[in-house]
Amino acid sequence: MASELSADARERDNRRLLTRLSIVAAGMFGFGYAMVPFYQAFCKAIGAYSLVERDAAPANTQVDATRLVTVELDANVRGLPWRFKPVAGYVQVHPGQLVQIEYEVSNEREAAVTGQAIASFGPEVAGRYFRKLECFCFTQQTLRPGETRRMPVTFVVDPDLPQGVGTVTLSYTFFEVPGAAGRT
Amino acid sequence: MSAVIDTHGHGHGHEHDHHGGYGGIMRWITTTNHKDIGTMYLWFSFIMFMVGGTMAMAIRLELFSPGLQFFNPDLFNQFTTMHGLIMVFGAIMPAFVGFANWQIPMMIGAPDMAFARLNNWSFWLLPFAGSLLILSFFMPGGAPGVGWTMYAPLTVQMGVGMDFTIFAVHLLGMSSILGSINIITTILNMRAPGMTLMRMPLFVWTWLITAYLLVAAMPVLAGAVTMTLTDRHFGTSFFNAAGGGDPVLYQHIFWFFGHPEVYIIALPAFGVVSQVIPAFSRKPLFGYASMVYATSAIAILSFIVWAHHMYTVGMPVTGQLFFMYATTLIAVPTGVKVFNWVATMWKGSLTFETPMLFACGFLFLFTMGGFTGLVLSLVPIDIQLQDTYYVVAHFHYVMVAGALFSAFAGVYFWLPKWTGKMYDETLGKWHFWLSMIFFNMIFFVQHFLGLAGMPRRVPDYPVMFETWNRISSIGAFGFGLTQLLFLYIVLKCIRHGEKAPQKPWEGADSLEWTHLPTPAPYHSFETPPVLK
Repeated sequence: MASELSADARERDNRRLLTRLSIVAAGMFGFGYAMVPFYQAFCKAIGAYSLVERDAAPANTQVDATRLVTVELDANVRGLPWRFKPVAGYVQVHPGQLVQIEYEVSNEREAAVTGQAIASFGPEVAGRYFRKLECFCFTQQTLRPGETRRMPVTFVVDPDLPQGVGTVTLSYTFFEVPGAAGRT
Repeated sequence: MSAVIDTHGHGHGHEHDHHGGYGGIMRWITTTNHKDIGTMYLWFSFIMFMVGGTMAMAIRLELFSPGLQFFNPDLFNQFTTMHGLIMVFGAIMPAFVGFANWQIPMMIGAPDMAFARLNNWSFWLLPFAGSLLILSFFMPGGAPGVGWTMYAPLTVQMGVGMDFTIFAVHLLGMSSILGSINIITTILNMRAPGMTLMRMPLFVWTWLITAYLLVAAMPVLAGAVTMTLTDRHFGTSFFNAAGGGDPVLYQHIFWFFGHPEVYIIALPAFGVVSQVIPAFSRKPLFGYASMVYATSAIAILSFIVWAHHMYTVGMPVTGQLFFMYATTLIAVPTGVKVFNWVATMWKGSLTFETPMLFACGFLFLFTMGGFTGLVLSLVPIDIQLQDTYYVVAHFHYVMVAGALFSAFAGVYFWLPKWTGKMYDETLGKWHFWLSMIFFNMIFFVQHFLGLAGMPRRVPDYPVMFETWNRISSIGAFGFGLTQLLFLYIVLKCIRHGEKAPQKPWEGADSLEWTHLPTPAPYHSFETPPVLK
C-alpha cells in the first residue's frame, strides 16, 4: 500500500524513478544518433547506399549488341564557383559494354575549393542498373584557383536494364564541401 | 493534514492555505498545484488552437479559388508548416497533459503530482516555445515553410526562422519529457491504498502508456532537430549528401519519433472516450483488461511501422512489405478498442448529453480515419495517394475528429467537477452538431480531391478542383467560428453556470465523482481515500 510508506521513503522512490526515466530519455537521445551509423551500415549491407562508392561489375558481362541505350549527360553545381559540363552531351551504348566518358570542370574563384559530386538518375529505376566502376564522384575534388580538369567516368549499363528504358539521364551535381581544406 | 502533503508541497508550508502565498499573476507563475497547472495547460492549448486555427483559415481562404489571391506561395507554405507544428505540439499535446494534470491525481487518489515544482516548470517552458514558434514569422525569410515534418535538405537552407523552430521543438520536447516522467512517477508511486494497476480508470492507463511513449520518442526528435541545427551551423553533414550524409536518413529518424507521436496524441483521446462512454451507457467498460492490453500492443507496434510514411523514398520491396504488414497489424488492437466501446454501449441505458455526443462523434469519425489509414498503409495505393489531399483528409479525421473531439468530450465531461458549475447543455449540443457538420464538410470532400490527384501543401490548383475546395473552405470557416461558441460556453459556465451536484453524470464511477465534492477542492485526497 503505497500511501503507508513514510514521506521520506516515498520521496526516495520518486527520485529513483526520476533518475531512471531521465537515463532512458538521455539514452533515447543517443539512440537517435546511433541510427546514423546503423542506417549507413544497413544500407551498405543491402546495397542501397552506393552513391559515392564503386559498384560491383554486373554478373552478366555479355554485351547486348542488339540494344542501344542513350545515356544523356547532365551537370549542375550548387553553391560553387565552378563551371561544370560534360565533354559530350550524350553517348549511345550497348548494355554490357564498358564505356568511358569525361566531364570538364573549372574553378573560377581565386581560391582553392573542394567539392563533392553526387550522381542521380532519370528514370530513377535505371540507377540500379547503372554500374559506375570509376568516377570522380567517389572522392572529393579540390581545385586550385583557376584550375581546369577533365575527369573520367567509367561505367557499364547492366544488360538486365528493363526493356522499356531507352534513355537514361546521368546527372551530377557538385556541392561545396564546407570546412574542407580548400576553403579560404 | 497528512505527512504526504508536506512532502509534495516541497517544503512550501505556506501553500497549505487556499491558493498559496501569492495573488494575481504570481499565483499562476509560482503554483505547484496540479489543478492550477492543469488549468494553465488547457488555456494555453486553447490559445494555441486559436492561433493554429487562424492559420488553417488562411490556408482555406487561399484555397477557396484556384490561382493566387491572398498569400504568396512562400507565406502559404509557412502557414501549412506552422499550422501543423502549433496544432500538434501547442494545442493537442498540451490539452491532454492538462487533462492528465487535473485528472490523474484525483482518479488514483493522490494529493498531487509526484514532482510538483517540476510540473510547474514543464508548463512554463511552453509559453516560451509557443512564442518562439510564432516569432519565427517575423524573422528575415519568415517562418520555416518546410512542412511540419521539417524534412532535410530544405531545413538546411531555411533562414533564421528555422533556428527559432528548432529551439522551440527542443523546449517542447523537454516539457513533454519532464511532464511524462512526472506522470509515470505519479501513477506508479502515488496511488491510494487499494488502487491496484488493474483497477485504475482507463484514462490513467492510457496516459501511463503514452508517457512511456513520450519518454522514448521525444528525445529522438530532439536528436533529429539537433542534427539539423549542427548541419546548418557547425559543419556536420548528417543530412547533407555532399558531406556523405543522406536526406532520407532524416525521414527515418523523424518518423521513428513521428509514428509513436500519432499514438501519443491518440491514446489519451482513447482514455477520455473510455471514461465518457461507460458513464453515459450506465455500464462498466466492456473488456477492461483487453483495453489495457490493446493499448500496450498499439504502443509497442507504433515503434516498428515508421517507414510507412516514406514508401516512396526508394526502399527495397522487402522493406515496404515489412512496414505494410506491421502497419495493417495495428488495425487489430485498434479494432479491439472500437468493438469494446460499441459493446459498452450495447444494451446500455444511453443518454446523449454533450460529452457523449462528442464521444460518439469520435467513435464514428475516428473509425473512418482508421479505415482510410488502412487504405494508405497498402504500398501500391499509398504510392498513388502519397502527398495528396487524401492523406490530409485521413490524418485530420484522426487528429481533429479523434483527438480534438475527445478533448471536447473530456472538457464537457469534467467541466462541472472543475468549476462546480454546469455548462449550457443546449449550447453544448449546438457546438457538437455544428462541429460535426462543418468538420465533415471540410474533410470528407478532401478524400475526393486526393483521389483526383490534388497535391497537399500547394497554394494553387487546377480549376476542376474548385467545387470541392469551395465546400471545404466554407466548412473550415464554419468550423472555426463554431469554436468561438465553445469559448463562449466555457466562459458562460464559469461565470453564470448553475451549481453542479457532486456527481452530475449518473453512470460515472471514478474517484473524482464518488469521493470528492464539486467543485473539486484545491487540495484533494490529502488523506488517501479508502477503497473497498
